[in-house]
Amino acid sequence: MLNLALPPQLASVVTRLPVAPPSLAFCIVANRLLWPALQTLDWQPLVGRRYAIRAKDLGLGLRFTVTARGFAPDSGAPDLTISATARDFMLLLGRREDPDTLFFSRRLVSEGDTELGLIVKNLLDALDPEAVLHRLPAPLARAARRMMAP
Amino acid sequence: MPLDLVCPAGSLVSLKAAIDNGADAVYMGFRDNTNARAFPGLNFDEAQAAEGLRYAHDRGRKVLLALNTYPQPDTWSRWTGAVDRAAKLGMDAVILADPGLMRYAARQHPDLRLHLSVQGSATSYEAVNFYREHFGIQRAVLPRVLSLPQVENVVRHTDVEIELFGFGGLCVMVEGRCLLSSYCTGESPNSAGVCSPAKAVQWKDTPTGLESRLNGVLLDRYGRDEKAGYPTLCKGRFEVGGETYYAIEEPTSLNTLDLLPEMLKIGIAAIKIEGRQRSPAYVAQVTKVWRAAIDAVKNNADSFRPAPAWQAELNKLSEGQSHTLGAYHRPWK
Repeated sequence: MLNLALPPQLASVVTRLPVAPPSLAFCIVANRLLWPALQTLDWQPLVGRRYAIRAKDLGLGLRFTVTARGFAPDSGAPDLTISATARDFMLLLGRREDPDTLFFSRRLVSEGDTELGLIVKNLLDALDPEAVLHRLPAPLARAARRMMAP
Repeated sequence: MPLDLVCPAGSLVSLKAAIDNGADAVYMGFRDNTNARAFPGLNFDEAQAAEGLRYAHDRGRKVLLALNTYPQPDTWSRWTGAVDRAAKLGMDAVILADPGLMRYAARQHPDLRLHLSVQGSATSYEAVNFYREHFGIQRAVLPRVLSLPQVENVVRHTDVEIELFGFGGLCVMVEGRCLLSSYCTGESPNSAGVCSPAKAVQWKDTPTGLESRLNGVLLDRYGRDEKAGYPTLCKGRFEVGGETYYAIEEPTSLNTLDLLPEMLKIGIAAIKIEGRQRSPAYVAQVTKVWRAAIDAVKNNADSFRPAPAWQAELNKLSEGQSHTLGAYHRPWK
């Protein structure tokens, strides 16, 4: 069982951080590590739209947009907001849980443009995890494989 | 071999998940409204379909193509083109609902195996045999409106293989004839390939609960800990005569694990799992449970009991508050 809860002290610090630095950090890290593996996907329907991801338990919010060159911080009103706990996000990323299952049980909340949400979901579902893992730096790929092991 | 396990695939990753977890066959659709799950970003282009076929055939499994919407007059060639592509790709069967398209397929591609889709809404052996006589269909998927004795009666009076739904979201059970989505949005599965098109759906968290709306029509308001369902008109709660309740049907999932011994005895050819719109994680989890269950029932039907762990796994994945045996198991006829 994954245990992704942050220590309370750290969680309280994260909660008090403003949104902009985590969003910037997320975009830099994601562009560096993930974008090379993800850029072959059809991002066209997602470019220029604004996204918010909220890890409810951590009080952590990421706000960004997608450009032809990768993710960029964007604090404008989001077109799509997706909220869940950090653990559930990790289960989704690791393909251990089905998004509709989490949605039915109210653990995953999607607000805003429903069609955009569906496009994001189907884009990620169609992603071959092995193709992504091959392009990740070795330590990160190892960690991801551990996360996805049944 | 009876009780083939037929699993859904909305993407190549899902197809591989189904095959790797023991599906005998998978069903898929092309990336347009020729199938009833025409959601953005879902389904297969020609190259992906070819790769999926290779993956399945290398492992001795089959791929079926759903072409189960009703062609529209001005875009008829899209549907016939899809039939041609299916034949060229080497699909093991196409699942059709429209008799005109069946005639086209039977004439142009006599070697292409035809299955009658659930959307064809054939509930009697007379209807099934009609499609057999005129178009040479080899299998029919029965709508989820018949009780098992009624299913048995169909099986007894036809040479056509019979496929039943075993698990997944249940809709209002007038398959192939439902226009509720059109009533709200102008689009429904038969013509547009989609029930409750996502562009017409709004979810909103409000102080009184999570609201789902279809083209502005309030479908439901879920309390804090209530399980949510798909935003379809048939599953909404409406005010009728001063009372608010599920006026059409309650959102539930079909789960027929308990009925497997009877289905085997009747001679059901295949069990279908619903959910091409679901993720690879769902496909893997459901396929694994059903593979184990079908193997167990074939091994010894008399001592077969669904394992509690299987039921728990399937319940977790279900839409709505509960699961049901559907019409298969009802005392009235």
